[in-house]
This record gives sequence, structure tokens and C-alpha cells, in this order.
Amino acid sequence: MHAAVIVFPGSNCDSDAAAALERVSGRKPIMCWHKDRDLPAGLDCIWLPGGFSHGDYLRAGAIAARAPIMRAVAEFAQRGGLVLGVCNGFQILTEAGLLPGALLGNAQGRFVCRDVALAVENANTAFTRAFRERRETAMPVAHAGGRYEATQAELDALEQEGRVVLRYLDNPNGSARDIAGIVNAAGNVMGLMPHPERAADPAFGGQGGWPLLQSLLETA
Amino acid sequence: MTHPHLAPADLLLALEFGLSQAEWERVLTSLGRIPNVTELGIISVMWSEHCSYKSSRVHLAKLPTKGAHVIHGPGENAGVIDIGAGPDDVPLACIFKMESHNHPSFIEPYQGAATGVGGILRDVFTMGARPIALMNALRFGDPSHPKTRRLLKGVISGIAGYGNCVGVPTVGGETNFHAGYDGNILVNVLCVGVARQDRIFLSAARGAGDPVVYVGAKTGRDGIHGATMASAEFSDDAQASRPTVQVGDPFLEKLLIEACLELMATDAILAIQDMGAAGLTSSSVEMAAKGGSGIVLDMDAIPAREAGMSPYEFMLSESQERMLLVLKPGRESQAQAIFSKWGLDAVVIGRTNDSGRLQLDWRGARVCDLPLALLADEAPKYERPFIRPPIQPKISPQSCAPADAAIAPILSRLMACPDMASKRWIWEQYDRHVGTNTIADSGSNAAIIRIGGSVRALAMVCDVTPRYVAADPFEGAKQAVAETYRNLCAVGARPLAITDNLNFGNPQRPEIMGQIVAAIEGIAAACTALDYPVVSGNVSLYNETNGAAIPPTPAIGAVGLIDDFARRAGLIGLQAGWRILLIGAAQGWLGASLYLREIEGREEGPPPPVDLEMERSTGAFVRGLIEAGQVRICHDLSDGGLACAIAELALASDIGIALFPRSAPSIGWFFGEDQARYLIAIAPEQEGEISEAALAAGLHIEAIAIAGGCEIAFSAEDAIDLAQLRRAHEDWLPNYMAG
Repeated sequence: MHAAVIVFPGSNCDSDAAAALERVSGRKPIMCWHKDRDLPAGLDCIWLPGGFSHGDYLRAGAIAARAPIMRAVAEFAQRGGLVLGVCNGFQILTEAGLLPGALLGNAQGRFVCRDVALAVENANTAFTRAFRERRETAMPVAHAGGRYEATQAELDALEQEGRVVLRYLDNPNGSARDIAGIVNAAGNVMGLMPHPERAADPAFGGQGGWPLLQSLLETA
Repeated sequence: MTHPHLAPADLLLALEFGLSQAEWERVLTSLGRIPNVTELGIISVMWSEHCSYKSSRVHLAKLPTKGAHVIHGPGENAGVIDIGAGPDDVPLACIFKMESHNHPSFIEPYQGAATGVGGILRDVFTMGARPIALMNALRFGDPSHPKTRRLLKGVISGIAGYGNCVGVPTVGGETNFHAGYDGNILVNVLCVGVARQDRIFLSAARGAGDPVVYVGAKTGRDGIHGATMASAEFSDDAQASRPTVQVGDPFLEKLLIEACLELMATDAILAIQDMGAAGLTSSSVEMAAKGGSGIVLDMDAIPAREAGMSPYEFMLSESQERMLLVLKPGRESQAQAIFSKWGLDAVVIGRTNDSGRLQLDWRGARVCDLPLALLADEAPKYERPFIRPPIQPKISPQSCAPADAAIAPILSRLMACPDMASKRWIWEQYDRHVGTNTIADSGSNAAIIRIGGSVRALAMVCDVTPRYVAADPFEGAKQAVAETYRNLCAVGARPLAITDNLNFGNPQRPEIMGQIVAAIEGIAAACTALDYPVVSGNVSLYNETNGAAIPPTPAIGAVGLIDDFARRAGLIGLQAGWRILLIGAAQGWLGASLYLREIEGREEGPPPPVDLEMERSTGAFVRGLIEAGQVRICHDLSDGGLACAIAELALASDIGIALFPRSAPSIGWFFGEDQARYLIAIAPEQEGEISEAALAAGLHIEAIAIAGGCEIAFSAEDAIDLAQLRRAHEDWLPNYMAG
């Protein structure tokens, strides 16, 4: 699998994402700077990492969504390439219009970092196929603005089209319909607030994010 | 017309700047002329308690600071210790320090705490380390005090807001409440980083003619005289000091970390120093004074946030996220290219020279010309008078509740008291996992962070029990060091070194000075006996409001090393049928105990004495069991004694524990806080071998309980359901914060 991780000023999960991608695929991903205009050739997958791109100033993800590299990311998605946005990456994808809805401040008004149990609602996507028959998993969340919101029509469409991929079993932020992760209509762009790269190391900790990484490898 | 900041200074201004009359006279004699306002401002911050350690330096010299693994002890931005080879056999160093931000946090809790995190991060990455973990030690006033809730909320969100954004995990700490902190909260932050040994950067600028480069945020008028504010006590008008509190920008700090580390991977840097307390003044003075050189700075070149700033304001501003670099000549453009990639300014603002002086030019004139020696080595140093603290009378066991009192209800109250209650509401606001090296965090005896790409890990902890120090500063400070040692051993780490953060009241009062002296001597005694040097530290004095001082609080931050983190111990994973053994002897010591304070309302008695030899041998024994892979469940005994340790173990593993019946159980047996004790949990078949080994090592060992069921049972009639205990333990803080 030939993957790239996009680095924005303020990204702080970029090297964690790279380490997880290398662990699952045996190949180091390419780190792409936000000011680049072109992506490396032959990519299978792009990861938009967590962090506080541009300090989350204005709105989380809003400035990064307008970075020069994002035009190339949108074109890559248009051509069917796999794009995964985790945490701040999810916020960037909604700000860039590659995913519907928005991520607002947590209902409790505080940052939350904890392991959350998740229902795998659709194990038939490019990002979740390696969950196979597993219907539950767990990964950590760490965010101040993870409350997913969209219009009723958008939410209904997401539900009907099976695009709600991950749902919180114990909602940590007040997200509408307990949504933790969604895909776009074509199924090649996914955003999620939980951190799969933080639950994917056999040396210690939970392994609940590993099937997601495995899915990327299988799809790519 | 002369700018007011260039006008001659006088005694009145010196007093306003926090100097004494004697110090003002010393300035005049040494200088042989009257300084101008800018020069006096510079002298007064360099001579402030915060920068000069004038009251504590004489006594700090008693601390042991050397050891085979110490690379740089106190005197640098942070302590540096050898932690052996990392991936690819590159020798690595651990760089760490703990620092206070007490005064600003009381005035403006969010920004005060946030900039405290920013400052300690800079101390660590200035030396070439990537910060890998943060911890904090926090003290607030009584929960019923009207300010406590707001201060707690602000401090926690400030720490979280800064640490989470820069992407350094906050992995643990401690939070206490006591009326003694009503007027002065304490915010102490520990930062731990890892560097290659061949890329450690120091502040001494030795050469002449080398470019001095300013990087990071522009300078504004914030934080002027912050170091002076931190060197005085508060009165009712503490809020008037708000303009001296700086505002932090963690995003800028993140960029600064990445840019500095990128430049550090080249060989362009000769010296580097962050601009912390006293900003450009202390950074430039330290660099030149340590290097035995001189420095000339062009005030017109300094990136300014607002127009019309004077040299006085430039030199005394404590604007955050700024660094000063001395580069090899000709490397300016290389540095500028890296900083510009990260969107940061890098501006040449001066040169080193061989003048031995701090020289400032502004609008074509020399506006400050001071000998560096006057600012650094010749700063005042006092041997302040002190009174040794009185010894508390012992607590007689008979004065405590009768032995037949039910234990379970007492345990439930203790586990729900503010100091013992779960701090989940706090640590869930910290990103504890960024970096994906966090093996254990809040809730563990010590946090464990993998050394990237290896099977080795650093363990780290912060600790002090202020009620012990208040009762006996020498024994209490000794105990704080011993407790960190125990915490590290309990996870299987080899304790390496400590950093100390000494928080006290006004040193000009002999009884406070007595606390300072005794506490330093206690730390020295423990560190010497345990081969556990002090490699960095910070002193925060004048923590007083209207003449009432805080309880003496020498917080200790400590680091240890685990050679293979697969062989570590924790509180999670206790299995039904496993036996719980107590290692170490119980005398039933109730003096200065949590039980006595919380249940009987008595803050009395001397703290438990620490037998350092016993601490060392017990620690080595327990660590040996963990390193050999024989023990995976271990907990040290501290606040609340045996009963609370049992409860914490049961809650963490979510399994009941039944204590074996005893012939004469007492309050002291369950809640006494005797030192050098651990609980281990093992499979029944291991008991014989481990008990024999303990006895052979001269240690007391006793099987006291068995795991199973869903309650903590002291006897058939005296038990508490685990779910009920968990509610009591978990609910206090969220309920309090919602109140």
C-alpha cells in the first residue's frame, strides 16, 4: 500500500499515523506538506491526521481545508482514491466539503480523552471490511470539538445509505445519532473522531483500530 | 527630551521594582553611577527571587547533584541524564524539569496555567529534546472556598488547552485541596523529553562576533515585570496584577518546537536559550554570562507587536513562545529558511562580543551598558535567619477511634474525600495518548512512556504530601522523595534522578525560612541515601496572601527507566483467587495521616518516619520481582494506608478483595501510613517462593487478602460493595464541579 500523510502546521498525530500505516503495510508513507500543490504519483491512500491544524483558529479544520494540497486531495478523492480523516482530519474533510455535516464543540464544553466502545454499523466499506463479523470495537477519542451535526435530511440519508459506519455506544460528545464515523456517497472518503492509530500496536494497549488499518491494506 | 525609560532611576523606583534599599545602594556602588530606568529594570528582575534564587541558593548547594548517569545537573535549563542506547544504538538522554506558575495561575487561571506548560516545554526542547510527556502537581484551596471551583476549572482547561494543542501527552499528576492554599494555589508542571546525547544544546555563548537571532512570537507589552510579581506576596489587590500575566499560544509553540528541532539537526547553533521569566533580559544575560562573553543588542531590530515600545519594555516583556539563538556566522539564512517554512520570524538582533557587558542600542544611542557580572554572579545571595520547625508530639493509638469500629464506612469516606476522590474529571480533559507511546498514565503508580522504537520505557511521577511537610519539613520532604522512589519501583522502573519544585511562603520570615532549610536538608538526605540525584529544580517563594503562607510544598518530579516494558507492573489484571501480599512492616502510624485529618478532623502528629535503607532494599526487592517477570500487579502504600491501597487495586482491576481475619486489627493497621510498603498480587502457587525470597532479603512479608467477588470485605459483617465504593470515589469531583 502506497500511502501519504498530509502534514499541516499544528498537526500532531502525523507521525503516529505514519507509524501505524508502516506497521500494517510494511511501507513508510510519504509525508506531504500542506503547501504542496501536487501529490506523489501512484498513491492508494491519503490520511489526514489529528491535531490542531492552524491552532484550530477560526474553526477547527477551516483554514487547513483551504490549504493548497487540499485541491489535490479533492481531485484524488474524485478519482476514487481512499481518503481517511481522523479527528482534526475529519473536521478538515467536512470543512472541505468532502463529507457532509460539521463537527461542533463537545456538548459538555470540555475536551474529552477516553476509550470509547463503538458499534461497527457497516463492515462492508473500504475502511471497515476487515472487521468481518465483528460488530463492536473500541478506540480512544481525544477532542474538544467532536459533536457531529448535520441537517435531518443529511442524517436520514446517511442512515439509509449505510454511511454511518461507526456509532458510539456511550456517546462522549453529544453527536447526533451517536455518530462517530461516516463515509461519503461513493464510499472512498471516511471521517471519524476516534483514533484508530492509537489502538493498533501489538506491544501494548487496545487493538480496536487495527481492523481499520487492515481494511485500508485489503482495499488498496 | 529624554525618554522616561532612559531617565535616571532613584531609590523610590528601586523599591517599586522590588529591590531593598541596601540592594539599591549596592547597585550604585558597584556601577559607580546612577542607572537609568531601563538599566534598573534589568537589574531588578535579574536580582528578583525568581531569577536569582537569592534566599535559597546557599541551601540548594546542599543537594546531591552528581551521579554516574548525570550529564548536566542544575544550572542548565533542565536536568540531563544518560538513559543508554535507543534504536540504532544512538545514545539517548532524558531531559526533564519541573517548574511552578503559581502567582499567575491564581490571578488568571487559564492563561497562568497554560503559559506554565509552555514555559516548561521550552526549557526542555531548548536543550534539544523532543518533549514526550507532561505531568502536573496542583494544590487548590478548600473546596468550600468561593474561588476554588473557578480556579480549578480554569487551571485544568489551561493545562489541557496548551498541552493538547502542542501534542505532548499529559500523563498524570496529583491534585490536593487544603484551606492553606485558599489565597495561593500551586501549579507545578513537569516536562520530560528525550534527546540524542550528541545533540544536547546549552545556553553558554562563548564566542565573539556571532549573530544573535531572535525567533518566535513578536514582543508585546505583556508580562512586564512578571518575575518581580512572582517574587512578592499577594494582598487583597492581587487581581491588580492581571496585566503582568502573559497570554499563551500553543499553536505557535508547536511550530517553534518543530522549527527548533529541525534546525538542531544541523550544526548551525552555538547556543540557545528560551525567553522565560524576565524574557529577553534573562536569556541574553545568561547566554553571555555563562559563556564569559558580552552581548550587544539592537532594540530597533526586535520584532514588536505594537509600535512605540521602549527598550525597557522590550527587555522586560514576558511575551511567550520566543527563543534566542546564537548561530555560527554565515548560518543566518539556513536558520531563516527553516523558520520561514514554519511561518516564524527569525531576525538577527545583535552580536556576541568580548566586552563582558550587556549593551543595548536604540535609535542610534547606547541606552544600557551593564557589566554581566553585576547581573549574574554578583546578584545578592542571602543567608536569611531561620528557626528550626518544632517537633510535633506523637499521636497515641488510644486517642483514635476504638479498634472495633467498622472499617468499610471509613474506607468509603476516605475514598470519596477531595484528596482521594477520582480525578477522572481532570485527566479526561488531557490528551494522554498522543505520540502513541503511553503505556500507563493517570491511575498508575507512575506513568510509563515507551522510548520510541524500543522495548525500553521511562517511568515518571510527581509527589509530595504537604500535610507531612507541614508537620515536619525535614521528614516530610524526605518522604516526598521516598514516595517517588517507591512509585517508580512499583511499576518496575529503576529510579534515576529527580527535579524539585520548592513552593514556600515568605523567606524573610524565620519560621518559613526554617521550613525551606529543613525541607532542602530532607531532600538531600533522601537523595544521598537512595543514589537519586537532583538534576534540576525551581524555587517559588512568597506564596502568601495577607501574611498567611501556604503549607510548605516541595513537589518532587522523578524519572526512572524500565529496560523491557513487557516486564512492568500495574493495578490492572488482578484475577480471582490471587493472593495479595503486604511487603514491609506495619507499625500503625497515624500521625499526620489522611485518616486522622478526614475522619477525626485532627491535623496533628508527626509524619511517618522514612527508613531510607529500608526504602531502598524493599524497592530493590519489589523491582527485582517485576523485572524477573514474577509480579505484574503491584501498588505502593501511601495516603490512607493499607485499606485505601486495597480499594484502589480492587477498583482498578474491577474485582473484589477479601482480607484475611486478624487477631487484633486496629485503625492503625488499616489506615496507618507507615513507609516503604508495597502490595503485590500473585497466583497462589508463587507465594512460597516469593515469601522465602523476601525473608531472605530481611523484609517483612505477609499474605493479607485474596481476590474475588464484588466487594471489599474486612470481615463477614464489615464489607462494601465495589460498585457502591466506585460511585463514592468517582462522583465527588464531577458533582463538585457541577455545583
